[in-house]
Amino acid sequence: MFWNIVPEMSVVLVLISISLAIFTPEQLKQWLSADTYLHFAVALVVGSIALIPGFIAFPLAGVLLKNGASVSLVSGFITTLLMVGIVTLPMEARYFGWRAAVMRNALSFLGAVIIALAMGRLL
Amino acid sequence: MKTGSKNLISLGVTIFFLLFCVYGVWSVHNDFAKRVAVSYLGFLKEMLSVLPMMFLLIGIFDVWVPRDIVERHVGKDAGPIAVLWMILLSMLQAGPLYGAFPVAAALSKKGCAARYVFVYLGAFSVMKLPMLGFEITFLGLRFSMVRLLLTLPVFIVIGYVMGRSYTCIAE
Repeated sequence: MFWNIVPEMSVVLVLISISLAIFTPEQLKQWLSADTYLHFAVALVVGSIALIPGFIAFPLAGVLLKNGASVSLVSGFITTLLMVGIVTLPMEARYFGWRAAVMRNALSFLGAVIIALAMGRLL
Repeated sequence: MKTGSKNLISLGVTIFFLLFCVYGVWSVHNDFAKRVAVSYLGFLKEMLSVLPMMFLLIGIFDVWVPRDIVERHVGKDAGPIAVLWMILLSMLQAGPLYGAFPVAAALSKKGCAARYVFVYLGAFSVMKLPMLGFEITFLGLRFSMVRLLLTLPVFIVIGYVMGRSYTCIAE
């Protein structure tokens, strides 16, 4: 059972490490430390693509809030990071099929946008 | 796609990638290649430590948990209380979301309804206790709790929507 996912796993590993090298904390601080619709969109897109471990992502999100990023932007970034995983799609599709995997990610993205906007209203 | 050609493509991608890393790090001393190589090794270590553990747990679950117990509590005829079981199960776990995919597939094979499998994946992605601790430390209790309360209905709805399209998800 483990050997079955080794091909998907090795491709996902390549995708993860390239995305993590592009989206470094320094780069993201630069991209996300302002508060326009464009920055909000970038936060959602980066959060969806990247797979950033919690011990990097949460401290980074804290810094972004202190630097003046909006609550919506930061919660959108965190929520897409947690719920949407584009680089891990090959592994997800291996288990549930491409249609179900894409559908779960699309619905989660939509949900994350709603959560982010609601967070901005509430906090 | 055929399994054979798929394996060949992944092998090709991996070899090309590793050559790129070796060339970038040792030959031209490129910073980007160095960062890529460092995160590759980090994630390789993480995957190799997380996945075998998950498969061990799945193996035990497969042998020791009878199908009728799974069907009765979280099967297609089980009530909404099953959502609570899935959330409790996911909260007690740790690790990245890709570690939960094989667990979700194993649950499905044992007769867990698709809607509850997706509720499990949703809860796993946003409610793991070790991760919540981290979030509270860096973003505050208020931020984390409001996010949690807003996310809870969202992933339950997603689970039920997915459950309408899929009755059985793992082959």
